[in-house]
Amino acid sequence: MKDTLEALSTADKYIDLFQQNKKQISNGDPQFMKELREEAIHSFERTGFPLRKHELYKFTHLEPVFDGELSFQFTPRNIQFEDSEIFSCDVPMLNANVLTVLNGFYYYPSGSLLNELDNGIIYGSLKEAIHRYPDLVARYLGKNASMQNETFVSLNTAFSQDGIFIYVPEGLQMEKPIQIIHLLLSDKNQMVHHRNLFIVEKNAKAEVIICDHTLSPQMFLTNSVTEAYTGENSDLDILRLQNEHNNSCQVTNTWISQDRASRCQHGTITLHGGMVRNNLHVRMEGEGASTSTLGLILTDKIQHVDSFTVIDHASPNCTSNQYYKGVLDDMSTGVFNGKIHVHPNAQKTEAFQTNNNILLSNTAKMHTKPQLEIYADDVKCSHGATIGQLDEDALFYLQSRGIPRDESRLMLMDAFANDVISRIQQPALQDRISELVGKRLRGELSRCNNCVMHCQD
Amino acid sequence: MNTNEVSYMLEIKDLRVNIEDKEILKGINLHVNAGEVHAIMGPNGSGKSTLASALAGRDYFDITHGKILYEGRDLTELAPEDRAREGIFLGFQYPVEIPGVSMVNFLRTAINSMRKYRNQEPLPAGEFLKLMREKKKIVEIDSDLTNRSVNEGFSGGEKKKNEIFQMALLDPRLAILDETDSGLDIDALRIVANGVNNLRSPEKATIIITHYQRLLDYIIPDFVHVLYKGRIVKSGDKSLAKELEEHGYDWIKQEVDMDA
Repeated sequence: MKDTLEALSTADKYIDLFQQNKKQISNGDPQFMKELREEAIHSFERTGFPLRKHELYKFTHLEPVFDGELSFQFTPRNIQFEDSEIFSCDVPMLNANVLTVLNGFYYYPSGSLLNELDNGIIYGSLKEAIHRYPDLVARYLGKNASMQNETFVSLNTAFSQDGIFIYVPEGLQMEKPIQIIHLLLSDKNQMVHHRNLFIVEKNAKAEVIICDHTLSPQMFLTNSVTEAYTGENSDLDILRLQNEHNNSCQVTNTWISQDRASRCQHGTITLHGGMVRNNLHVRMEGEGASTSTLGLILTDKIQHVDSFTVIDHASPNCTSNQYYKGVLDDMSTGVFNGKIHVHPNAQKTEAFQTNNNILLSNTAKMHTKPQLEIYADDVKCSHGATIGQLDEDALFYLQSRGIPRDESRLMLMDAFANDVISRIQQPALQDRISELVGKRLRGELSRCNNCVMHCQD
Repeated sequence: MNTNEVSYMLEIKDLRVNIEDKEILKGINLHVNAGEVHAIMGPNGSGKSTLASALAGRDYFDITHGKILYEGRDLTELAPEDRAREGIFLGFQYPVEIPGVSMVNFLRTAINSMRKYRNQEPLPAGEFLKLMREKKKIVEIDSDLTNRSVNEGFSGGEKKKNEIFQMALLDPRLAILDETDSGLDIDALRIVANGVNNLRSPEKATIIITHYQRLLDYIIPDFVHVLYKGRIVKSGDKSLAKELEEHGYDWIKQEVDMDA
């Protein structure tokens, strides 16, 4: 028993919050979900929040943010939301199926909760999918996103109620990419949990673009989990575009499990966001799988972006390529922690990792930590990390041709960033992202022009 | 107004330059008129490239004394880009590779930046491409090169040709070519020299910085200066270059060192 209320730890408050609202949170849940939530909250109880000295969270102390004054919402609020007015999508070449998640709940002013195509493809609300396809969802949900010592996955599993579900059955291919837009809109500071589950079966193919946005200036704390499963010889592309305002905090947890000979690309482009922690775990479960992970962070002011990645080579003959870059200005800080884990049986692994960063000011900081754990003996692995400044020789060369120094700097930054963008597999997205990044570097982008056009500051 | 000050295109007066407290240029005096070609020769380490960089505005060294007047105006306070826009061009000894910046984007930005300085509208894409095609011919540059990143993966000869190509596009009044001949085979040397000769005109001046005489067989200079230990120790006409070719620099070194 705690003596006073003040003595309650942040973790205690969340456990209490869960117990108090359990009924509402799990309202209508099938049995497996109820059990999963219980398991999650117990796991959270054991781990608590990562302490300041925690090696994996050394530079990103999240507990104070979770302890902030935040409101919670356990049912979809009836927000008058003029779809066409506040929000219009401006990705001209991107012919996508747009799915909106508002404050953690699937938002569908028209259409249905769940799109069930004749060929068996399903996409839409995860909550609805849990109700209608409990057996299918139960086979995957929470199976890869480990709750073992994963505070934020546990917390999300206990609290999250909705998000996006995508199911592409064997041999099928989504006609268009799916664009998921996570929107945050509230009149008070708010915490949001949402959860996505993507299942791409054998020989199937899917492309997903995830956009994270804030629509109102309140402080938002998002803790999201995305779980993806790629079946044998399947293809999955996920590109995440983060553009929340600089007063927000976002923790993303992405867990990808790859079966034999599947191909996956995961990209994270962080344009804006106050405090961002991206946890990415890719596990190559089946032989011959390949994965490409891209990351680009552009930070200024007092932004903080922490990319924590684990590439797990659990089978032989798998290939991973990791390419993360950062451009940091003002007093911003960046963290890259890239772990490559090659299991004892994972012979003929090829794993490559690059993390290059440019600091534009004397006060910007970057912490980079490549971490290779190799337990097999016949592998090809390499890593390289650099932290530097813009090349003065190149700047002088451009200036000597009459290009002003500021413009020359932008050209070099653009080139640096485009090195990541050019690796995005969907060519239509490359141009668009390149344009957005250019705008971001020029300071012309306050929010994302990609999807949200008319947002107030 | 002193008419004497504006009569030269370039006037360097007692220029002294330090790099990290070491004096590299120890009082350079030089006049260049429109229409002239000057060659600056000298042994390694005499300060030739430092002089070129000082003219173009590189800022890793300190100008401790003296003036550089260009068309009557003191250059030392001008940023490198403004010197370029005023018509000064530096052909680099080691052209810089810039991965990710395409040649086309680079050249178009450069040209339009120059035009903006002169209050001209940006060049329309069609005209820009036409201009590129014309100027490429001058240096016999392979069209593929302009589709690549700036100098990235270019051979030594291609890099130097690319410098002359840029010079042709940007149309400077004063061109400073820093060791443009180094690393060139005889064919590339001829092409580069033809390029420079094609761009000669009574309104323009060229300063050629070189270690060897051979480039001067193709580009005939009006004046030859010898730079040694941070000073111009000898000036003459093209015959001085021949003399250097035959006898090397030792006799000049001896003369200077004996005086000291």
